Amino acid sequence: MARQKPIIILRDVSRVYHVGGEEVRALDHASMTVYEGDFVAIIGPSGSGKSTLMNIVGCLDTADSGTYILDGQEIERYSESELARIRNRKIGFVFQNFNLLSRLTAEANVELPLIYQHLGYAERKRRVEAALERVGLTDRAMHKPTELSGGQQQRVAVARALATNPSILLADEPTGNLDSKTGQDIMELFRNLHEGGATIVLITHNEEIAAQAKRRIRIMDGHVTEVD
Amino acid sequence: MLLQSIKMAWESVRSNKMRSFLTMLGIIIGVMALVVMVSLVNGATGAVTDRISSLGSDLLSVSVTDDKGVPLRLEDLDQLTEDETIAAVAPSGSMYANVKHGYTEVFASVTGTTASYFPIEGLNLDEGRTLKTVDVENAAYVAVLSANAAEKLFSGDNAIGEKITINGRAFTVVGTLEENDSLMSSMFASYAVYVPFTVESRMAGQPYISSFVASAVGDTDVAEKALAELLRARFSRDDDAYSIINMSSIASALDEVTGTLSLLLGGIAAISLLVGGIGIMNIMLVSVTERTKEIGIRKAIGAGRGTILMQFLIEALMLSLFGCIFGLLVSALILAIISSIAGSITFSMSLDVVLLAVGFSSAIGLIFGLYPANQAAKKHPIDALRYEG
Repeated sequence: MARQKPIIILRDVSRVYHVGGEEVRALDHASMTVYEGDFVAIIGPSGSGKSTLMNIVGCLDTADSGTYILDGQEIERYSESELARIRNRKIGFVFQNFNLLSRLTAEANVELPLIYQHLGYAERKRRVEAALERVGLTDRAMHKPTELSGGQQQRVAVARALATNPSILLADEPTGNLDSKTGQDIMELFRNLHEGGATIVLITHNEEIAAQAKRRIRIMDGHVTEVD
Repeated sequence: MLLQSIKMAWESVRSNKMRSFLTMLGIIIGVMALVVMVSLVNGATGAVTDRISSLGSDLLSVSVTDDKGVPLRLEDLDQLTEDETIAAVAPSGSMYANVKHGYTEVFASVTGTTASYFPIEGLNLDEGRTLKTVDVENAAYVAVLSANAAEKLFSGDNAIGEKITINGRAFTVVGTLEENDSLMSSMFASYAVYVPFTVESRMAGQPYISSFVASAVGDTDVAEKALAELLRARFSRDDDAYSIINMSSIASALDEVTGTLSLLLGGIAAISLLVGGIGIMNIMLVSVTERTKEIGIRKAIGAGRGTILMQFLIEALMLSLFGCIFGLLVSALILAIISSIAGSITFSMSLDVVLLAVGFSSAIGLIFGLYPANQAAKKHPIDALRYEG
């Protein structure tokens, strides 16, 4: 594969938590690079530092040391609101438990990050429609999450992540709450998106799911190693 | 963005209707208490001051309790007007009598007086004429009827020139008065008949003047002092021999009382609004905790602190303002009902009170919404996302 522009560059990133007076090194000098158009799976059992890595990559948290460059922008100790702006523009989250707002329709859920981008109504409408079409849920736009199946809810979440045209799609165990058949459907959606040029980082403990990615990075006790 | 925040706040208020309503109830009751109480006091005050001023706020009412052997006669009253602060003086000899026309009989107050009595008391003529000086000099058997007495005795028919009897003596009705909503007449709702002083004093066997009314030229208080000085001089410097009631001092005392009352009731109502505000804060705090996950999701997909703060603050403001609007509507209803029951007094919401209620409610929404909104805004996205309520 032709290696293009790097989207994620992690250099010697460490993150230490203090739990009950004890030091927990969740990430220990972790380094990795994700290129544009990559489909990377980050594999690791629970407690491996997987979530910490995802939080840092997703700009929900910042590293204690080391550098993290996202799409050419160095993520330093930004204020919370600045991090929110970066998340809003560069990252599309897909969570294990979908994390849709139950009071809002599928359409409104997808629209939410666009509202935070202060986009006009017409532009939002256009992008919401496009995103829902990409995940094949145009006919479910006016349904609330409770009226949708798990797979459909996850598709709405993917549409929400896609709507802002983020630099990366960051998926945290996206199939974890789905039966294997529906999980496969979601993985197929990811593969299609990848073929469409999207950069995807998939975090999972499931080897079978991880095998469907183009690259695999293993994380263990805060250390990161490339599998292939 | 503001519009979107308002929309989101509205969604949240709407999605929890019962809770929103109960939260608003505190504000509704508070606003209701504030508006109704202040409007009632204002309405009552307005009505009372209207009546006092229609009675003539420059009215001095004098009664002589001990004449010290030098009783007042009509000529003496005329002398009082020589004082430059006193405009007019009229005796008000009073008795009660059966007044009859045909088979209709009423028990009425009969006031023996002179022509100047009517302007002093602020009584306006409806038909005919009032008493003339010649009536008093000749002790003519003529009478002027109050509107309710004329209505009662003649039931709408022409009264002028008709005969009535007062304690069996025949009088000719020469005039009727306009409806008078003065304080005294509405308090006692009595039928009143006015006859020449000379006639009344003869009937009552009371040849001297024991009570009279006076009006001031300028300041009523100055006239009161002058009058007091004259009376003191006459009644061997005994202040207990007479008493003077000054209507304007009664009016100002009443004003003070109602002002204090309105402040007190308004204060109590403000406290209930404050309690309503605490209710909002309480529910908002619950709501923030309940919606921790939502806050986490919103933050993850790009809502900053300010956005979250705004959303919850607007929600609190919305609850208090909706409560306020409901409260105003209910108040309008209550005031309309009270007005229709009270009849003569109309109670209405003044713009001042409405603005006060809206201002106070907004302030309460902001103040009590700020803390919960800030609690929401400062939640850490990772912890909030992990929260399972």
